[in-house]
Amino acid sequence: MERKEWPLWEVFVRSRNGLDHKHCGSVHAPDAKLALQVARDVYTRRQEGVSIWVVQADHIVASDPDAKPELFDPAEDKIYRHPTFYQLPDEVNHM
Amino acid sequence: MYTQALDVPQQNPDKGPRAVENPEYQAEFDAKIDAGGYIEAKDWMPEAYRKTLVRQISQHAHSEIVGMLPEGNWITRAPTLKRKAILLAKVQDEGGHGLYLYAAAETLGVSRDELLEALHTGRAKYSSIFNYPTLTWADIGVIGWLVDGAAIMNQIPLCKCSYGPYARAMVRICKEESFHQRQGYDLLLAMMKGTQEQREMVQDAVNRWWWPSIMMFGPHDKDSPNSAQSSRWGIKRISNDDLRQKFVDATVEQAKVLGVTMPDPELKWNAERGHHDFGAIDWDEFWNVVNGHGQGNVDRLAARVKAWEDGAWVREAALEHERKRAAREHQAA
Ligand SMILES: [Fe+2]
Ligand SMILES: [Fe+2]
Repeated sequence: MERKEWPLWEVFVRSRNGLDHKHCGSVHAPDAKLALQVARDVYTRRQEGVSIWVVQADHIVASDPDAKPELFDPAEDKIYRHPTFYQLPDEVNHM
Repeated sequence: MYTQALDVPQQNPDKGPRAVENPEYQAEFDAKIDAGGYIEAKDWMPEAYRKTLVRQISQHAHSEIVGMLPEGNWITRAPTLKRKAILLAKVQDEGGHGLYLYAAAETLGVSRDELLEALHTGRAKYSSIFNYPTLTWADIGVIGWLVDGAAIMNQIPLCKCSYGPYARAMVRICKEESFHQRQGYDLLLAMMKGTQEQREMVQDAVNRWWWPSIMMFGPHDKDSPNSAQSSRWGIKRISNDDLRQKFVDATVEQAKVLGVTMPDPELKWNAERGHHDFGAIDWDEFWNVVNGHGQGNVDRLAARVKAWEDGAWVREAALEHERKRAAREHQAA
C-alpha cells in the first residue's frame, strides 16, 4: 500500500432549506461515508447545516486564475444586460 | 477552494511559469494587498509569503491540537456532568480549530502528514502556553478565561488577514472561541461562590497563568524583527504590544468582578496613558519554554506521538477497506 494519507474531500453545507450548499472547508477521509461523518463533526457542531455534500478534491476542475481576464472581462461592457440600463418614462420606470 | 490539488503551479505563456519570482506578478500581488484584497490558493504569491504563511498557520494548527491535552487531562475528573459535557465540547472545538487550520495550510502546497511530522519530531513550534501543567480544576476555568481570552485578542485581527483560506478559517474559529472564554469565567464564578478553599484554588491558578497568558502575545515590538514584513503582507494587523495592552485593560475589570488579583504589584491604571501599566515580563522564562526545555514539552509531544502511532492501524485499515471496496465495484462493473 503506497498512499498513507487519507484523501482530501471538499465540504459543502446547506445551512437551511431554501439556501444553496456553500463551500465551507475540507477534510481528510478514507471514503465517502467517513468523509460525510467527519464533515458533520467538523463543520456542523452548532446546527450550521441541514445537508452536506462532499466531493473528492481532485475531482474538482477549477478555472485558472491567470485566465481571469479572458473569462470574465468580456462581461464588463455588456451593460445592457442590466435592468438599470433602460431609462423608461417616469410613470412606468418602476417596471 | 481549500484544496492542495488545485494549487499546482500552472504555466502562463506570456509571463513564464507561475512558480517563478516575476516583477510583474509581484506588482499585481502588491496592488492586491494594498487594496485590502485577498490572495487565494491558486493566485501567484512570493515564495517568502507562502513560507511565512505555512509556518504561521501550521504553528497555529499545532497549538490548537496540543492545546487539547492540558484540558483533556480534566475531562474524566470534571466535578459535574454539566461541566464535563461543556469541557468535552470545548476540547472538541479545539480539535476542530486544528482541522480548519491544517486544511488552510494545505492549500499552500504542503501535506497534512508533512505538517504532523514536523510537529512530532519537534521541528515545528506550537504555543508555549500549553506546556504548563493543569494542576487543579480551577486551571480549567482560568485557561478558558485568560488563555482563550488572549487567543481571541490575537485571532480577531486575523479574520481580515490577506490570505483567504486562513482568514475564513479564523472567522469560523473566532465565532466558537467566545463560548470558550465565557464557560471558563462562568466556572470560576461558581468556584468563587463556594468554599474558602475553592476561592484559594482560583487565586492560585490565576497566579500561575497570568504571566504566561500575557506572554502569549509574543515578544515586544522592538524585538520582533519579522513584524514589519508581516504587516506589509497583511498577515499581521495589530502589533504584539498593542494587543497585549488591550488584553490587560480588558482583563483587569473582569478580575475585579471575579474577586481575584493579578500577581503583579506594578499593575495599575495610568490616567495619562489611558491604559494600565504592568510589570516587566520575564522573557528568559518565555524563551526557555518556547524552545522546549521543560518537562511539559516532553510530555505533550510524547502524548501526541503516542496518539498518532496508536491510531496508525486504524488509518491504514480504513484505506485498505476502501481500496478493496473500490476493487470489488470495479470488478462488478
Ligand atoms: Fe481554538
Ligand atoms: Fe479555544
